[in-house]
Amino acid sequence: MARAVTTRRKTLNTLVAWTIGLLIFFPILWIFVLSFKSEGDAILPPLQVLAAPWSLDSYAVVQERSDYLGHFYNSVVLSLGSTVLGLIVAVPAAWAMAFVPGKRTKDVLMWMLSTKMLPAVGVLYPIYLLFIQFGLLDSRLGLTIVLMLINLPIIIWMLYTYFREIPGEILEAARMDGAGLREEILYVLTPMAVPGIASTLLLNVILAWNEAFWTLNLTAAKAAPLTAFIASYSSPEGLFYAKLSAASVMAIAPILIMGWFSQKQLVRGLTFGAVK
Amino acid sequence: MFLKNALRAATALTVLGAGSAFAETITIATVNNGDMIRMQKYTHLFTEQTGIDVNWVTLEENVLRQRVTTDISTKGGQFDIMTIGMYEAPIWGKNGWLVPLNDLPPEYDVNDILPAMRGGLSYDGTLYAAPFYGESSMIMYRTDLMEKAGLEMPEDPTWGFIRKAAAAMTDRENDINGICLRGKAGWGEGGAFITAMSNSFGARWFDMDWNAQFDTPAWHETLTFYKGMMDESGPKGYATNGFNENLSLFQQGKCGMWIDATVAASFVTNPDESTVADKVGFALAPHKEGVSKHANWLWAWALAIPAGTQKEDAAKKFIEWATSKDYIELVAANEGWANVPPGARTSLYENPNYKDIPFAKMTLKSILMADPQHPTVDPVPYVGIQFAAIPEFAGIATEVSQEFAAAYAGQQTVEEALAKAQAITNDAMEAAGYR
Repeated sequence: MARAVTTRRKTLNTLVAWTIGLLIFFPILWIFVLSFKSEGDAILPPLQVLAAPWSLDSYAVVQERSDYLGHFYNSVVLSLGSTVLGLIVAVPAAWAMAFVPGKRTKDVLMWMLSTKMLPAVGVLYPIYLLFIQFGLLDSRLGLTIVLMLINLPIIIWMLYTYFREIPGEILEAARMDGAGLREEILYVLTPMAVPGIASTLLLNVILAWNEAFWTLNLTAAKAAPLTAFIASYSSPEGLFYAKLSAASVMAIAPILIMGWFSQKQLVRGLTFGAVK
Repeated sequence: MFLKNALRAATALTVLGAGSAFAETITIATVNNGDMIRMQKYTHLFTEQTGIDVNWVTLEENVLRQRVTTDISTKGGQFDIMTIGMYEAPIWGKNGWLVPLNDLPPEYDVNDILPAMRGGLSYDGTLYAAPFYGESSMIMYRTDLMEKAGLEMPEDPTWGFIRKAAAAMTDRENDINGICLRGKAGWGEGGAFITAMSNSFGARWFDMDWNAQFDTPAWHETLTFYKGMMDESGPKGYATNGFNENLSLFQQGKCGMWIDATVAASFVTNPDESTVADKVGFALAPHKEGVSKHANWLWAWALAIPAGTQKEDAAKKFIEWATSKDYIELVAANEGWANVPPGARTSLYENPNYKDIPFAKMTLKSILMADPQHPTVDPVPYVGIQFAAIPEFAGIATEVSQEFAAAYAGQQTVEEALAKAQAITNDAMEAAGYR
């Protein structure tokens, strides 16, 4: 029997949830506010900042000084490219581990996850040298591959969990009807796992979009995405909070809007396997 | 008519073709400081003059250091010009990572570069980076608050005076702190300040055998004095304040004095950004009574060419353009003399137009007073004032400054911080084979 939830308790829960939500969202909100202020006003105490006049000057300056669209294009190519590439590799891998598990499947899964525990900087030099060898420095192709590789464990893990929820009998039935491996994955498994694949795709696009170690270290002028665009507005000698905020808003806005529209899928993706 | 048009078209095509055949593009890595941003704005003039296109890669200072170090040590060849500081120039020059700048044309007038800058950017007498702008540090103070406190700032004050003045200017009720100084961990932040300050107390990082000197009375006095003064008259949470935090406090009128980079003078006197623009005075960085060394440092943001670039000639042309006398004239004509890149050339300080700028005299005096070859009272085996130009320094000093910041924040005593600094430094120097 479910416990009755009193109105008071409900109100309290809502209040707590909103407070936590606002606390987490506040820095982004403040960046948004600062981006509409002048540099002089941006460093004032909070209340005076709010009272100061609003303007679009910072956006105009950022637009004039940097190639926003170029960086934006790179971000889109890198995040989508790496995720799609990752899915192509991960779907068969997750299929194998979910439906034909071997003795060492669990170990393989753990090993894959363990690669995420290595600090990225530890392999910076090897990867940098490989990139020099293959002429991949500052190229979208090279970075797409690296981003795909670093997100691959997560993609495989997510897909694996989804596939495990699909009853193996359905696949057996398909095999009885004469479906080969290709048909089985393409026409039976994939359509059933579409919600799972969609969440995986969304989450990994966001992860790739926000990735700020490799995208800063392996690019220069041509392949630099929006993370490099933000970094270019941070200064050791001089206050450019308003411009930095404007650049940040421009960089995170697309992904924030995308996240907004796909909230349902994302929440499912983030809480997968939490309730069994 | 047709022929004429055809001829025109053909000529246009040829010109276009020739343009693309010879157009060269260089990539420059730099930081987001005001003078660098201005340089990017005028780059199109360089392209018009030479036909060389320029790609800018602007990064945060620490990211830039890491990025550039990775690229140069692996010979990645991503950059044709790099913005580096006075710390890197001699070390990288010694490693053979940079192209020597010893064949600059006579009209560039290399002898016009301030000797301290040239010395700091050279290794073994060879220049490896051309200074774009240079800085020392000095006192910036509020003339109105000083007057209110009934004091007068001497041109060459002692630490004793500064502490007294700071206490007198402090007005906690109105949120005015007598003095704002860097405390933030990091070798280029609080580490740079306390190292320069220690020189003016007669301390040094190493003796001639590379033994750490944090167990000396001079270091103890430096740290005790700093913490005592800041606890009395500094802002809340000064242990986490760096250049930008203090700049913001000063511009909002919350600091009586601020000892920091000379380049900040143009920010705090700019009425668009600063609420106290017309009430700022300048003085030399302080020293302890009886000690000849002052607490001022020397730094330059300089342009260097990594060895192994395919575009050495184009890169040299750019450096000659960006660090020339003509470039200074160009900025002065468009943005006024207060905005030209300071601290690099002697001729700038002889220019009558520049002499009228309120902070020009003190900036030059501070730069000229700095001597990276002899930074301390007692002899040292290293070059550099707020740093020691050895590759290991950045790592060691960052750790040491973390210990100091913990002492400022009250998490440990000054004695504990110094003992840890001594151990950290000696261990690292032993591991690196100096001792």
